[in-house]
Amino acid sequence: MKDILQELEDRRAVARMGGGAKRIESQHAKGKLTARERIELLLDADSFEEFDMFVAHRCTDFGMEQQRPPGDGVVTGWGTINGRMVYMFSQDFTVFGGSLSETHAQKICKIMDMAMQNGAPVIGINDSGGARIQEGVASLAGYAEVFQRNIMASGVVPQISVIMGPCAGGAVYSPAMTDFIFMVKDSSYMFVTGPDVVKTVTNEVVTAEELGGASTHTKKSSVADGAFENDVEALAEVRRLVDFLPLNNRAKPPTRPFFDDVNRIEDSLDTLIPDNPNTPYDMKELILKLGDEGDFYEIQEDFAKNIITGFVRLEGSTVGVVANQPMVLAGCLDIDSSRKAARFVRFCDAFEIPILTLVDVPGFLPGTSQEYGGVIKHGAKLLFAYGEATVPKVTVITRKAYGGAYDVMASKHLRGDFNYAWPTAEIAVMGAKGATEIIHRADLGDEEKIAQHTQDYEDRFANPFVAAEKGFIDEVIMPHSTRRRVCRAFASLRGKSLQNPWKKHDNIPL
Amino acid sequence: MFKKILIANRGEIACRVIKTAKKMGIQTVAIYSDADRNALHVKMADEAVHIGPPPANQSYIVIDKVMDAIRQTGAEAVHPGYGFLSENAKFAEALEAEGVAFIGPPKGAIEAMGDKITSKKIAQDAKVSTVPGYMGLIEDADEAVKISNDIGYPVMIKASAGGGGKGMRIAWNDQEAREGFQSSKNEAANSFGDDRIFIEKFVTQPRHIEIQVLCDKHGNGVFLHERECSIQRRNQKVIEEAPSPFLDEATRKAMGDQSVALAKAVGYSSAGTVEFIVDGDKNFYFLEMNTRLQVEHPVTELITGVDLVEQMIRVAAGEELPMQQSDLTINGWAMESRLYAEDPYRNFLPSIGRLTRYRPPAEVAGGPMLENGKWNTPDGKAGATSDRHAVRNDTGVYEGGEISMFYDPMIAKLCTWGRDRAEAIEEMRLALDGFEVEGIGHNLPFLAAVYDHEKFTSGNMTTAFIEEEYPEGFDGVELPDDDIKRIAAATSAMHRVAEIRRTRVTGRMDNHERHVGADWVVTLQGQSHDVTIGADKAGATVAIGDDTYRVESDWTPGQPLARLDVDGTPLVLKVGKIPGGFHVRYRGADLKVHVRSPRQAELAKLMPEKLPPDTSKMLLCPMPGLIVKVDVEVGDEVQEGQALCTVEAMKMENILRAERKGIVSKINAGAGDSLAVDDVIMEFE
Repeated sequence: MKDILQELEDRRAVARMGGGAKRIESQHAKGKLTARERIELLLDADSFEEFDMFVAHRCTDFGMEQQRPPGDGVVTGWGTINGRMVYMFSQDFTVFGGSLSETHAQKICKIMDMAMQNGAPVIGINDSGGARIQEGVASLAGYAEVFQRNIMASGVVPQISVIMGPCAGGAVYSPAMTDFIFMVKDSSYMFVTGPDVVKTVTNEVVTAEELGGASTHTKKSSVADGAFENDVEALAEVRRLVDFLPLNNRAKPPTRPFFDDVNRIEDSLDTLIPDNPNTPYDMKELILKLGDEGDFYEIQEDFAKNIITGFVRLEGSTVGVVANQPMVLAGCLDIDSSRKAARFVRFCDAFEIPILTLVDVPGFLPGTSQEYGGVIKHGAKLLFAYGEATVPKVTVITRKAYGGAYDVMASKHLRGDFNYAWPTAEIAVMGAKGATEIIHRADLGDEEKIAQHTQDYEDRFANPFVAAEKGFIDEVIMPHSTRRRVCRAFASLRGKSLQNPWKKHDNIPL
Repeated sequence: MFKKILIANRGEIACRVIKTAKKMGIQTVAIYSDADRNALHVKMADEAVHIGPPPANQSYIVIDKVMDAIRQTGAEAVHPGYGFLSENAKFAEALEAEGVAFIGPPKGAIEAMGDKITSKKIAQDAKVSTVPGYMGLIEDADEAVKISNDIGYPVMIKASAGGGGKGMRIAWNDQEAREGFQSSKNEAANSFGDDRIFIEKFVTQPRHIEIQVLCDKHGNGVFLHERECSIQRRNQKVIEEAPSPFLDEATRKAMGDQSVALAKAVGYSSAGTVEFIVDGDKNFYFLEMNTRLQVEHPVTELITGVDLVEQMIRVAAGEELPMQQSDLTINGWAMESRLYAEDPYRNFLPSIGRLTRYRPPAEVAGGPMLENGKWNTPDGKAGATSDRHAVRNDTGVYEGGEISMFYDPMIAKLCTWGRDRAEAIEEMRLALDGFEVEGIGHNLPFLAAVYDHEKFTSGNMTTAFIEEEYPEGFDGVELPDDDIKRIAAATSAMHRVAEIRRTRVTGRMDNHERHVGADWVVTLQGQSHDVTIGADKAGATVAIGDDTYRVESDWTPGQPLARLDVDGTPLVLKVGKIPGGFHVRYRGADLKVHVRSPRQAELAKLMPEKLPPDTSKMLLCPMPGLIVKVDVEVGDEVQEGQALCTVEAMKMENILRAERKGIVSKINAGAGDSLAVDDVIMEFE
């Protein structure tokens, strides 16, 4: 009997060694942790429950039957993050380079099915050379099985991908369909085709880092939502993100005890808006002063910086923030910022996370590159996302809300629940100068007259009261009391119930 | 007494004067430029008059505009503060012409002391000790040697037209005097086309010590002892104290008596300061007299209990001094730290922008100012009092305010008083720890470093202190092991509190909660410490090796200032977030602190150490701004000091120059690009 029990321990020990001591050492030498070490950092201590530890591949070609390591290059299971359940898989680069076989894929599919059934997030740690070439189409089928589940799980449970090594070829499309992708600087990369193929086809000489490193995907392509210095930091920050997210689309966003005053007055916000309407200011200061304890989890910090997206807590409960950033491109909407914000708004809406929108937008960015790039369609994404969102929506206009961009930024007309404006708000079709030049075209030669018209236009529209008269602004509020007003607004919306008409799905302008 | 006075100044000194005026029941008028529309002094004054655009030469120092403001408001007297019009005889004259009182000395005294040569002459006549020297023309080396012997070695041989160290030699004996004279003369002829040379005493181990005098219009004059201002950076005073740790009673009295004699010699009234240079043997020499209120006057107030601004106003109104010399004793010790909007980590580059956070430490009334009942609470509100210490912060800014490029970068003067020097220094350390300033670069860490410097705490400093001790600039300090362990104990207890809160999130699995452990590893300043925390209701007992620390605090996660008590002594940390840890600022140190479970720490050790990229061959953007033009191209060879590009920031054009010779290998930015701090503009081979 004892021998039989010992047999289990022995087998476990073998499985836990993955590809063996030498490969583990080589993994460490690359500055990377092993699949199991990463799990230890991701999950609460001793909370990991493993599935399929002994699964082995079924390939008999190319001598593969000689090597059938238990686990087949991926560790799967579930555990808790601060006591809340998550499902996860972690690819083991020490076993066949973490390559994806039919059985490897089946292990991932199993935990994804369970995650959807039981309503818990899926976190995937990617560190894989790609398809298990020896298995041919079986491996490709495996990818597709995973893809299909990513698609089905989208909007049902949060899906997070952490890229901690190579992720190339077809493999990229599984993370691509998850809600968030994080990368580790200098040790991870993602691309559809690698530098060698690129060179053959296009003659471009490019390194893997330049082609698909963390910097590329967080700053240029926007494929990744964030990047971290190393594995330890990345997994600590993923834990921090999970603290913000609901477990599934039927669960409320999480709440936790908070040590901040709901009625906190921030006098310094009264001077946030500079005297000169063309002088930028940092919208992040407002976000940090509104949220509980100044805690802000920014998503896509390095991409399209003219709009800010991320999570804060108000009264301990998660709220998604979308804010124009006047420091960059005057906070205008363009292709990139519209795409970035639209995706974020849809994530929040899918998971019942209320949305706070902070508006200082001079309009859409003009120019041929924008028009040729399809700013019409991309801008429409954000408009669409806001309009279809049924979660509580609170909007604060701090300064400019000009033109179509005013409509887009969670205006009253897109079913905003609370639309506040600061006294410094200017809600108008466009800036006074531009408007005057159109309305008073006849006087264009007369500088004095134009100045007077401009002044008249400013007096009439460079304030929130015209919009307030019409009820498009529910209330003009003092900047220093914004936290209290916004907290109370969201508190009053906790019972909000709003349904869109039945449809198979919408047809957002992708 | 006046009913209404105008303060012809801005910033902290305007606020300072308004406080005393309010206490005396006098109405106040502020003046302000466009840049100061929302400034604190404008808010504090009963009335405010706009006097023009931001540059001081178009507003604060335009006499006509100030006179207009006086006429408009009917102010009966003007306090000029320091700087601006404070030592401008024409301004005093203009006021006199309109029958408005100047809260300062008579114009004759301003004129007499305003000129270096005249003032030295007057000082000599009044038997004030001046730096021995020979001002006449020196014919040849023999004469130079003779004069040097008369003065006594060491001497300084200087070119009359000199500057920047050119044509300057120090001689310790006849031979050096002979050689020095010749080489100075040659250098002066070549550099300035003027080979006139003069010789004066070279003051060794110089300290800057000044005497505060106060005179009325009835011939009475007293001195309020000395202030030492030896801690200077490029002639900019940084830390001042009163009394000086260097003077003895006899020297003090001699300096004081000579100062009063000088003041009387020029018919002085109001507050004034006589500056001396004092050598290592306590020989003192007159430098100049400042005919105004000094920036560092609070330290004198704190040890004497005299409100100098009040006395200036009373003297201007014709009152007699209420005190005799014998009433003026030194009570305790006071320190002043000037908080500058200058980034010590960037070679003290001025930093401008919005004060996103500005929370000075709470003021505490104490010491002589309290005893005399003249300064009940420094900020004018009911507050703490103490007979053991005092904290005073003279400031002209507030949270959410703007630090503009147009004026002096000094934003506050933090003063502490203690019963002796050590106590005053310790109070200052705590007060600096509790001073929160965010949004701009500032010198708080540098100040804190000086207060922990042995040479300073021993009182053994000279005016060369900063130059000698920080020759390469300031790069933060390494904390001693004891401090590191106290911080490790504190942050691990704080981390535990934060982690426990994280486990109280909703949606967790019943009966399978996370348990926050007792064992942690704290990593900071390159060291790791294993700690074990035993927590109870009142706090935590943290074991680090064989030592245990008792940590008590009401800190909660998210608070940027953690006030803790570690083993009965206060520990005040500025706490921020970094991924997976804390950013802690304490004293002169800036630390990244990671608190990890033992297993996490073990794995963290496997992580590669990433060195910051080598920026020595790059030109980095020193401030957020717009590239106006790039002066070089790839492949160009540039010389040290050559202009590379121009960055416009806050309407100011800054020319960035090559630090050394090199060849441009890459240019990353072009005209019109908007850059952030530390963005790479160009690279060199």
